[in-house]
Amino acid sequence: MFAYAVRRILQFIPTILAISLIMFMLLNVLPGNAAMMAMDSRKAKDPEMIEQLKKRWGLDKPLYVRYLLYLKDLAHGDLGRSFIRGDEVGALVAARIWPTLKLAFTAMAIAVILGIPLGFFSALKQGTWLDTASMVGAVSGVSVPQFWLGLLLMYFFAVQFRLLPPSGYGDGDIAHLILPSVTLGVGYTALLARTTRAAVIEVLNTDYIRTARAKGLSELLINRKHVLRNTLILVMTTAGLQFGFLIGQTVIVEKLFSWPGLGSLLVDSIFMRDIPVTQGCILVIISVFLLVNLAVDLLYAFVDPRIEYS
Amino acid sequence: MRKWMVWMVVCTAFLAFSPSVSIGAEPRSGGALNFMAPYGGDVMTLDSQRTNRVQDYLIAMNIHRALFKWDAEKNRPVLDLAESMEAADDGVTYTFTFYDNIKFHNGRPFTVDDVIWSYERIMRPEGEISPGMRWIGNIKGADAFGKGEADSIEGLRKIDDLTLRITLKDPVNIAYALYDSSLPILPKEEVEKMGREFGNHPVGLGPFKFDSWTKGSEVVLVKNPDYFEKGRPYLDKVVYRIMPEGAARDLAFRAKDLDATIVGSTQYPGYKNDPEISKNMIEVAEMFTRLMGFHPDYEPFSNKKVRQAINYAINDKLIIEKLLKEKAFNAVGFLPTTSPAFDETAEPYGYDPEKAKQLMKEAGYEDGFEFEAIGTTNEAWGTPVLEALIPFLREINVTIKPVQVEGALLGERVDEKNDFQAFIWSYESGPDPLAALKRWHSGTPANAGNSVVYSNPEYDKLLDQAARTRDEAEKMELLKKADRIFQDDAPIWFFNYNKAIMAHQPWVHGLQPVAVEMMYQDMTNVWVDETSPRAKKK
Repeated sequence: MFAYAVRRILQFIPTILAISLIMFMLLNVLPGNAAMMAMDSRKAKDPEMIEQLKKRWGLDKPLYVRYLLYLKDLAHGDLGRSFIRGDEVGALVAARIWPTLKLAFTAMAIAVILGIPLGFFSALKQGTWLDTASMVGAVSGVSVPQFWLGLLLMYFFAVQFRLLPPSGYGDGDIAHLILPSVTLGVGYTALLARTTRAAVIEVLNTDYIRTARAKGLSELLINRKHVLRNTLILVMTTAGLQFGFLIGQTVIVEKLFSWPGLGSLLVDSIFMRDIPVTQGCILVIISVFLLVNLAVDLLYAFVDPRIEYS
Repeated sequence: MRKWMVWMVVCTAFLAFSPSVSIGAEPRSGGALNFMAPYGGDVMTLDSQRTNRVQDYLIAMNIHRALFKWDAEKNRPVLDLAESMEAADDGVTYTFTFYDNIKFHNGRPFTVDDVIWSYERIMRPEGEISPGMRWIGNIKGADAFGKGEADSIEGLRKIDDLTLRITLKDPVNIAYALYDSSLPILPKEEVEKMGREFGNHPVGLGPFKFDSWTKGSEVVLVKNPDYFEKGRPYLDKVVYRIMPEGAARDLAFRAKDLDATIVGSTQYPGYKNDPEISKNMIEVAEMFTRLMGFHPDYEPFSNKKVRQAINYAINDKLIIEKLLKEKAFNAVGFLPTTSPAFDETAEPYGYDPEKAKQLMKEAGYEDGFEFEAIGTTNEAWGTPVLEALIPFLREINVTIKPVQVEGALLGERVDEKNDFQAFIWSYESGPDPLAALKRWHSGTPANAGNSVVYSNPEYDKLLDQAARTRDEAEKMELLKKADRIFQDDAPIWFFNYNKAIMAHQPWVHGLQPVAVEMMYQDMTNVWVDETSPRAKKK
């Protein structure tokens, strides 16, 4: 299994290289440039300074030269330096990744703790009012725009009831974490609930469950030993894949809640055409995505002993 | 009895018109203020010499000090670090005497050498952003120093540690020439020690010291107890929350988590009609002019009558009322109402569809034409406004095709490539009226700001004359005339001047209507009374 993990990690390299090429090309063909954005476009400006900035940032070099230079730095573990901020991209990203991961993992925890049991019981009570109610809730959860949900939560919990701070990171305390992570987690919870329900219903209709019932096993034992374990594979795949999307969705939530994460850094750098920062953020997000998927694959072996990695 | 009533009326009127200074209440020291940095994007650096962004300046201005600062009451720049400034008769030589108790946040006393070093750093940016070059270039020999032709700036002469003589290149108004957010005086030793990190840990001369910065979330400043103005600042702490979303700011303000907020057009009607919030609102005509620029290379726009017709055809007032929810002032010329060279007697174009049709006929465009206008999503100077123009322009058979672009693309097409038929945007039109109007001087290239390639020898002559004139009143008259010519030539559609609005909690005092940019709030005189939930917060 260890060998498998190493192999998979090595496979990341070509993936990341391919993505870096596509990303580099896309970012560099975008119209507009950081030098223009750094000088406020509402003001009269000095065209000479803009040219100097472009030169300093290497924007005057041909595209392939810039890409090779970028790869060279990347091979040395150097993500470059932000055009506009002057900071090292590595340091910028490092400072922002923890808040994003904290947000995403909390949202995932909410989803797993609420979503899976909800889907499970809905499936067991299929067709009852409980099932209908929870599935209506799940559909609403998937459909509700995050931006709007965030504002709604802010309105009730910060303005009306004054229970929680409306936004900000505070000193990293839990109170500041609740509203953004719930906003981020609702859609994910709903999705997990629906996936779990579908998976459980499918398993309930299989022959081995009928056999188990015929053997006279108690419902509790069937559910625990057979239904739950067989459902988990599918649920885990969804959860793992969705985690990547969750990281992507933090963009909206972070902006709304002034959360100092990677998502807001990414958006700002795209708008400012700060190419090194944009590249750094995307690379980190992709790496997290790949690692989480690897972790999910490895977890399969624990859940399902039939799966073996060699 | 009558006298008493008259006094009552006078006092009430005074109270009603003084936006945030409460009469009778003694300023109180202590407490924290939760403020915001509301503009798009993160704060990039707090080294004001190395940025050109409002979002950075609005925080850094309370960490740093310069030779001049903006006085919101007088509506012009005034001396800051210097006790006095003596002007020689030649109109170019000024002698500054600085206060003797000024210290940097690291404890080192300030001297004239710091001014010289700071201005030299601005002129030799070594490839970095340095918008201040435009201003320091007004000093004699600064350009030569910048190009490496001289070892020092000739126009800067140290008389003693606290006396500096500045010689300008031309007899321009020194207060405007050396007032800009990009010209703070910085401590050499800290900048050299920290290098690029200085922007993350700034050290300055201002009323507040840098405390911490959670990137993407907030910047915290704390009181500088050694600030040179005795008894100032009042606040112990100022927190700048980075909050680009208007709706999120609105909720944080209503939750009393923000002590003040900048108000967008979406929130404005609600705030205006709220009996409590409306009591504590400050409004000002900001020095930004929203306009639609016409490219003269597009044939119909080369005709002055067509451009004038468009100005007559559009009902700006209706658009401001319905779309912008009254959060703007109808534009007259390029210079806003708060500009010292605003011509009170000038009339806006006004809505006159008949005249517009007549002009189109005279221009030979009775059957109209079609043009493409680019703009961003901005609600006050973007595609929503362009869409509102469709029915008005249809009346004169003109079809406008709004095309939505993103800020960086607009910048490239308008400023860099000068490739457009028409665009809608917001342009800085202050504080110095001469500098603002220079944008449209035929000597200003398109990529330096004259995006509509405006050229009128008469206009140029007036500006050149104004630049040489030392009598302020006379200069203003010349500038007024120039703006009238510009208005008559109509190279742009004159839309509006921003009405900037700040709402604050009842316990906040001392915020001011700052016409250069409402968010440029000097926190030196701001204080909070005991009713603030953060009155005792350290």
